Order: sequence, then C-alpha cells, then structure tokens
Amino acid sequence: MTPTITKIAEDLAAGRCSSRELVDDALARIAAQAPLNAFVTVDPEAARRDADAADRARRAGAGGVLAGVPIAHKDIFCTAGVKTTCGSRMLADFVPPYDATVVGKMKAAGCVMVGKTNMDEFAMGSSNETSYFGPVRNPWDRDRVPGGSSGGSAAAVAARLVPAATGTDTGGSIRQPAALCGITGLKPSYGRVSRYGLIAFASSLDQAGPMAQTAEDCAHLLSAMAGFDERDATSLDVPVPDYAAGLGKDLKGLRIGVVKEHFAEGVEPGVLDALREALREYERLGARLVDVSLPNSAHAVPCYYVLAPAEASSNLARYDGVRYGFRAPDYQDLEDMYKKTRSQGFGPEVKRRIMIGTYALSAGYYDAYYVKALKLRRLIADDFARAFTQCDVLAGPASPSTAFALGAKNTDPVSMYLNDIFTIPVNLAGLPALSLPAGFAGGLPVGLQLIGRYLDEARLLNVAHRFQQATDWHARVPAGL
Amino acid sequence: MPHGLTSLNAEDIEKVAHLARLGLSGPERDAYAQDLSRILDLVSQMNAVPTDGVEPMTHPDEAGLRLRDDAVGNEIDRDRLLAVAPKTRDGLYLVPKVIE
Amino acid sequence: MEWETVIGLEVHAQLKTRSKIFSGAPTAYGAAPNTQANVVDAAFPGVLPVLNGEAVRMAARFGLAVGATVHRRSVFARKNYFYPDLPKGYQISQYEHPIVERGRLVIATAAGEKVVGITRAHLEEDAGKSLHEDLGGFTGIDLNRAGTPLLEIVSEPDMRSAAEAVAYLKTLHTLVRYLDICDGNMQEGSFRCDANVSVRPLGETRLGTRAEIKNINSFRFVERAIDYEVRRQIALLSSGGQVRQETRLYDSVRDETRSMRSKEEANDYRYFPDPDLPTLVLTEDLLAEVKAAMPELPDAKRRRFCDQYGLSAYDAGVLTASRELARYYEDAVQAAGAEPKLVANWVTGELAARLNEDGLDIGGARVTAQALAGLVRRVADGTVSGKAAKDVFEAMWAGEGDADAVIAARGLRQISDDSAIEEVVRQVIAANPKQLAQYRAGEEKVFTFFVGQTMKASRGKANPAKVNEILRRLLAP
Repeated sequence: MTPTITKIAEDLAAGRCSSRELVDDALARIAAQAPLNAFVTVDPEAARRDADAADRARRAGAGGVLAGVPIAHKDIFCTAGVKTTCGSRMLADFVPPYDATVVGKMKAAGCVMVGKTNMDEFAMGSSNETSYFGPVRNPWDRDRVPGGSSGGSAAAVAARLVPAATGTDTGGSIRQPAALCGITGLKPSYGRVSRYGLIAFASSLDQAGPMAQTAEDCAHLLSAMAGFDERDATSLDVPVPDYAAGLGKDLKGLRIGVVKEHFAEGVEPGVLDALREALREYERLGARLVDVSLPNSAHAVPCYYVLAPAEASSNLARYDGVRYGFRAPDYQDLEDMYKKTRSQGFGPEVKRRIMIGTYALSAGYYDAYYVKALKLRRLIADDFARAFTQCDVLAGPASPSTAFALGAKNTDPVSMYLNDIFTIPVNLAGLPALSLPAGFAGGLPVGLQLIGRYLDEARLLNVAHRFQQATDWHARVPAGL
Repeated sequence: MPHGLTSLNAEDIEKVAHLARLGLSGPERDAYAQDLSRILDLVSQMNAVPTDGVEPMTHPDEAGLRLRDDAVGNEIDRDRLLAVAPKTRDGLYLVPKVIE
Repeated sequence: MEWETVIGLEVHAQLKTRSKIFSGAPTAYGAAPNTQANVVDAAFPGVLPVLNGEAVRMAARFGLAVGATVHRRSVFARKNYFYPDLPKGYQISQYEHPIVERGRLVIATAAGEKVVGITRAHLEEDAGKSLHEDLGGFTGIDLNRAGTPLLEIVSEPDMRSAAEAVAYLKTLHTLVRYLDICDGNMQEGSFRCDANVSVRPLGETRLGTRAEIKNINSFRFVERAIDYEVRRQIALLSSGGQVRQETRLYDSVRDETRSMRSKEEANDYRYFPDPDLPTLVLTEDLLAEVKAAMPELPDAKRRRFCDQYGLSAYDAGVLTASRELARYYEDAVQAAGAEPKLVANWVTGELAARLNEDGLDIGGARVTAQALAGLVRRVADGTVSGKAAKDVFEAMWAGEGDADAVIAARGLRQISDDSAIEEVVRQVIAANPKQLAQYRAGEEKVFTFFVGQTMKASRGKANPAKVNEILRRLLAP
C-alpha cells in the first residue's frame, strides 16, 4: 500500500527503498486501476528516468523530503513536452513548450511526475463527468463520482496510486473531491501559489494546492509549491514558512468557529453526524467551539455563477483554432472556423458557462449581474473578516453530501452547482481552506472543511494534523485495491 | 435585473452564442435557452441582498499591481511555438481570408 | 448655410519601451514574422501578463506634461472581441479608470494660441498584424507587434478645422518625442491617428453625428482626409441627407474616405476589470521619480531660447521643434563660445537646407555641433568671408575635415591685412583710369565696379568690409 510522503521520505533516506521502486510500483497500480480513469496521460519512460536521476542524486547526498517521491499533476498544469489537455477536446493534443511554475517547483524539489490526472473540462464541474476523456470513478464506490474538478487527482490519491497529486480550486475543486474521496486537500490563500502555467478558468478565484493522504504531507507539498513568481502579477511576494516544521502545536485555547449556516438543512444527516463527532474530537483536543454566522454566504453560489463564468468567457476566448489546439476540420470562412472550432472543441458544460458569462457581461446586463456580484463578493468577504474576530479557524462541511451516483445530477446544472455551496464563499474571499477526512456516512467518506485567515495556512495544517494524530479516518483505504 | 423566472428565447441565445463565437444547432439553442434561464433564476437570488453603497470587490488582492522591470527576456523559439499551430506558412499563422 | 467643423482626435502613441507591456518580448520593428512574440504575446494556455513599469512611468510623464490628473489608482480592463490578430480574444486596455485624465495642450493656430483639452490618456496593448497578400487564399498572422505598449491619447472635440487638427497633432508629436516616450515614426505606425469629424450649422451648440476616420498616418493625410470628410458631410446634409455614425477608412491614393462595412456590426466589447491584473497603484515615490526625470518641455525651451539667446520667436520655434535639434543648437553655441544668433542662422539656414536635401534628421548631420561652432568662429573673427564659409561648410559636410583644415587646404583664408588689400586696390585703380574719372565726376555706381575688380584680383579672399573702407579712402579726390 502506498505510504505517506513522510514515511516514503524516511524509507528513501534510510535506503529501504529507491525512487525507482516507488515509481515502478505507482505505474503498476495505475495500470491495475485503469478502470478508475484517474489518469489522462501516463509517461512511464520519463517517470523511470526521473526516478533514476533522483536515486543518483540521493546517493550523491542531495535531495530533500520530496526528492524521489512519485506525484501526479492535474492535467490543468502545463508540462513542457508532455500533453496537457485540461480535460478538453480543445487541447486533446496540446503539448506546451513550458512548465507551469508549480510543475517546475515540484521538479526542483525532486518530485517525480508519473502522469497527468483526469479532470472536469477546463475545471468546470463538481463530478468529473464533464471531462472529454470520460468520468473518473470514486474508489470507494465505482458507481459514484469522485467529485470535481480535481477528481482524477483525488481518486488517484484515495486509491493509493500515488502518494500525492496537485489540484486546483476555483470554487471547491480541491476540497470537494478530497472530501468525496476521503483524502486531505488544501486550497491555499489566493496569491500564495503561482498561477503561471495553470490553465485559467476564473483568474480571480483559481488557486493551486496539494492533495495527499495527510495534512503533514500537504505541508511538505505546499512548502515546495508556494512562493513568489515574477511571472504572475497576482503572486504574493511574502516568505514561505516551513509548513511541516510548524506542525505539532497543541490546540489548547484554539477557537473553532462553527458556522451556523453550514450546519443546517440541505446537508445530509449522515454528514452532519460525522462532522459533529469530529468537532467533539476537537473539544477533546483542547479547542473551544464558538458559534459564528456568515449571513451572506447563502448568496455565494449565485454570486459565483456570475463572476466565474464571466471571467471564464473571456479566459477561454483564446481557444480559437489559430495558434494551438483543436481546429474544426471543415469551415467556410473565418467566422465559420471560429464557431465550428469552439462548438466542437468545447463540451456542453463549458459552453454553458461561456454563454452565461458572455450574457452577464453584455451591454445592458453588466451592472445588474456583474457589478452586483462584485458587491456581494465584498459582503461575503466582510462576513469572514467579522467571523475571524471571534475565532481562529472556521469549521463546517466541505460538501453537503457524500459522493453521489454517476449521472445523478447531470440533467440539472443548478443542482450540480449547489454542491459547492460551502466551498465557493472561500474562493470569493481568497482565503485558505482544506478538507480532511472526518468519518463516514453510509460507507462513504465525509470531509471536514477548515477555513483559515488570509495566509494562515500554517495554522490550518496544524489544526488538521492534530486531528489526524488523534483519528485514523485519513488512513482508511477503499476495499478492492 | 429581471425578477422571478428569467426567460431567454432562442434569439437571445443566438445573440450570446454569436458574441462567444459558438455555433449552436437548433436543439442546442432550445436546450441552452432552458438551462440559462434556470441559471439566471439562481443568479437573480442576488437581488434579495441590498448592496447600495457597497464597494465592488474585483479581486482578493487589493494591495496594488506589482510592476516588472523593462527587460527583454531571451525566451522566444518561433519554431517551437509554430509547431503546435494548426496551420502555418513562412513563419505566419494562417487563417481563412479576412476581408477588410 | 455656414457650417462649423468639429474635430476630436485619438492618437495611439507607441511607447518606447524595450520590452512589451505585459511580456519580456522585444519591441523592435521590422523583425521576421513571429520572432518577437513569446508565449504570453501568443496567448498560450496558462500564461499571464505582468505590467512593464516603464510604460507606467511614461504614461505618468505624459500626464504631468499636459497638466492632467495622473490617477493614483487606475484599472486595466479586458475589451473582448474575436479577431485573428488578437490572440487572447481580448485586448488589455483601460476603460472606466484610465491613468491620465483632463489635460490640455496649447497649439499655435492662424488666430493665435488655442487650448485643446485632452480628455484622457490610457495604457493598452497593440494587436498583431494581419497580412492579406497572396498566401493561397489565407490571411497570415504576425504577432510581433502584439503586446507593444500604446498610450491612447483622446482629445476633446475642440478643433474647428483640419489645420487646427494638424497643429494639434504636430504639437503632440513634438511633445511625445520631447518626453522620450515615443519615437514618433508615423511610417512604422508608432504615432497613429483616428479623427472624429462632424459638422453643424454655425451657431448650433449640439454636436452633429460624427464619422470616425481611421488609418491616417501622415500630417498631410490628416488634413486631406478631414477636408474630404467635411466636404462629404456638408454635401450630404445640404442635400437633405444624414450623416451616419460609422467608421471610415482614408484612402490616400484616391484621396477619399469610405465606409468600412466590415466594422459595421454592432460590437459589444463586454469590458470588465482584468482579473489577472489588480488595481494599478502609483506610489508617491514613483511619481516623484517621474517628476524628477521630467525634461524641459517645448514651450519652456522656446521661451528660454528667446530670452537667453536673443532669438526671434520664429527661430526659437524652429530650433526647438525637436529635442535633438535644440540640443545640437545649444551644443554649438556652447562650443562657439558666443554668437548665438549667428549659430542660429547657420543651423536654421545651411544646416537645415542640407539635412532636408539629404533627407536626414538632425541625428544624421555630417557636421557635428562642435565642428559647426568651429566654422562660426572663423566667420565671426573674419578668417573667412560669409560666402567662402558656405563652401567650407559644404566641404565639411563632404568629410574634408574641420573648418580650419578646409580653409587652409583650399586657401580660403580671408585677406584682412590693410597693407595687402591697399596694394591690390592701388593696382586696380591704376589699371582703370577711365572709371576713376567717372567716379570722381560723381558717378557713385562705378564704386561697385571697383569692389568687384578688387575681389576678383584677390581671388575673393579680400575682406569685403576692408575693401570698401580702403576703396572709399583711395578713390576720394
């Protein structure tokens, strides 16, 4: 069984295993679990070559915690010389000539990429069913969705195919699949991790982060991923702490804000039960629960479904069949080429969001939709600021339900959108948040969402880590692997 | 903003689709008209919140834009960029004739 | 009916940065296609814009120079439309919150000075180029120009004639070059102009429907395009027709404007703040830096030239037409040590004529300011005559050396020695007794005959002033 990064690092350091062995093992598991459809691309030769290089480097005395650790990248991160599809026909054959900053940083830390994970097309989805390459299956129940959009990464970690994977989170795309697959996933503060080379969905909301078995592993990964990047104007020029070194502080006196609106109707009873039990565990660990309210977060979904599609409609205008990517085979003239290329290259959900965004920005509707949503965004962010005067972290569900059945929410886009009701407000405010395994309901994992103050990832990770030292939900593995 | 049930007709959809350069078939138009109307209903719940005097928040980072030095980077390899283009000739990207 | 013309101008000035406004690609003109466009300019997936600080400083410099408000906060917006030379499917520009607003420019018109309002100036990126030549029925796209920084300068509709429009453009053209923010090269498209033209019955205060004329890339064409458009609109209105609000293209070959039908489709640009670029905040430090680096502006320099060098307003105007010419002049005055008016005459006379003849600007002058000063000194101290000096200048231009070397090599040193001239004059008088008699009989005009003969005998080298003086003395009865 694939151990945690912390364990792998010990084994590698002690010479109990080699990176090459770990990579071969990962490749074998990926092949054996092909029906999960977690990967779009696997590159065995490059992975073995990089693993051998990592082993040589280690023998020469080089390499940190992550050196030689196999990882997977969500197929939204550009990888030089390796196909990067973003889950879309539009980029089905696109090979970028550059690495995303996150990819470059992970490489520099010694991680060995074994492949690229499946995802909702252009990260637009909460079930991984919008991928051009077919849906990903949840390792806990293969008739259920893994969540989305980072569903391939979540399934790959949950099925222990790789110890860790990268994800991106625009409205919950790391936390919701982490919750549905029973792993730990962190969305850092906006600006903490560079967006360069991360294919944009909604630029003011997108943020990359780690997905792994434990908070401790996420801490190692975040230390490698985060940091200033001169190629991203929204990247923060602030020092990156050693997140793993900050773990282990006890939780005495920690004030956990329990969001009133998040423990309410609309959340599955089994999920609520598991979360209440998790909160009791925190009390046992010395934390104090405080009731807080985020009154405007109820409007976050409508607000998000104006802002994210508006930005997306513009971000996805570059896919026009001129410089890269798909171009429709037959066309009459330029207009026809544009329209055929874009209608054949994009799937239905992407087109739906482009249409919504285009409409919301168009003449006569801009103030009513777009500006109104920006004002709500302010109110939602202000709610968090107010709540954080009463507590240190906020706690609640990452998703209102456990993993739902494949196809269950395909007919009504709105019901799918409401899945992200608890994760979306965090992106609007730009705050860090993570989901950690907090129990089971009906045999399916339940995720606890912890939300932190701006740039307070270290505290979030510590709060999650202490919980994982006291519980073993994160160590549970799906049957049949 | 329209209140209550928002209804977009096929003509509205066609206009938006054209702005976004998406070619839609007849059935697709109808389906999108229905989907978009539902989404706009969801979105119009925003109306319930009074926002007079609230400053729009365009971005989580309100500290201000960082500026770059005016330096030329040595990073252009035309052949590599053009290699992934659908149609090129003599170092140019080719598109169907544009009539000015 | 009498008509009044109303003109507002939009100028796109390409900023003289080394790299592009949002990427590190170079901005040099004329390179092979797509060799100056990197992944950011070509809008590859996942790449991001980072703003060039120099473009911001240049825009601020312009704002300060036209007495405008330079906003501490301004916002980049996306202007969304599809066109193959617009790689992202949107242009990054400034819309609701430009960096510069409410400036003014003083122009010289036939009726005296006039103030033209500058509504705004904003930063934006240029698009690439579509090449429509024969490519097998295709259009070629070259993205070298994509992402080049532009300052779009929008005037108020304050101009009332094509001549005023040209005066405004020339003043602006001089200013941006003074500020060293734009090279002003109109052929290469570094300084482009669109004109909004309308007419209205004289006395009417509401504006008429305007047409926007694009693609006018020389001062001459601006004048012609506007004149044509004004005639067209008046003819249309006089015959009961109506002007359509539309974009028209100026065709310099046929000297007419015509409707651009392809641009007629109503555009909905869906502007919104660019989420990749947070608010641009100008710090006090940056503004102080821009102020400190502000060069002397054309107006101030012109006034100083009149005061300091005693030049006429006209000469001062000519000499301050560009920063380079003004510097050449001041370098020459300094090297000459004196004679600012004489230096001015040489710069605006011989030098300007020669540059014009050879199609050069002052940067291409083959006689340096120091060398010209050397020549002026020799004219001032009487070493060469004014006439001979012109030959010396030509020789210097041809590369024959400095003034002293040419004078020596060609034996052009003027004879100013009284006894030597007197000797020649005595010979001339002795050889022409008949003319001497005529002169002494009161025929004053014969004097010029003696001057000519003396100059001829001295092979042009005698100092004419001395020749006059000595002739007067020796011819006297």
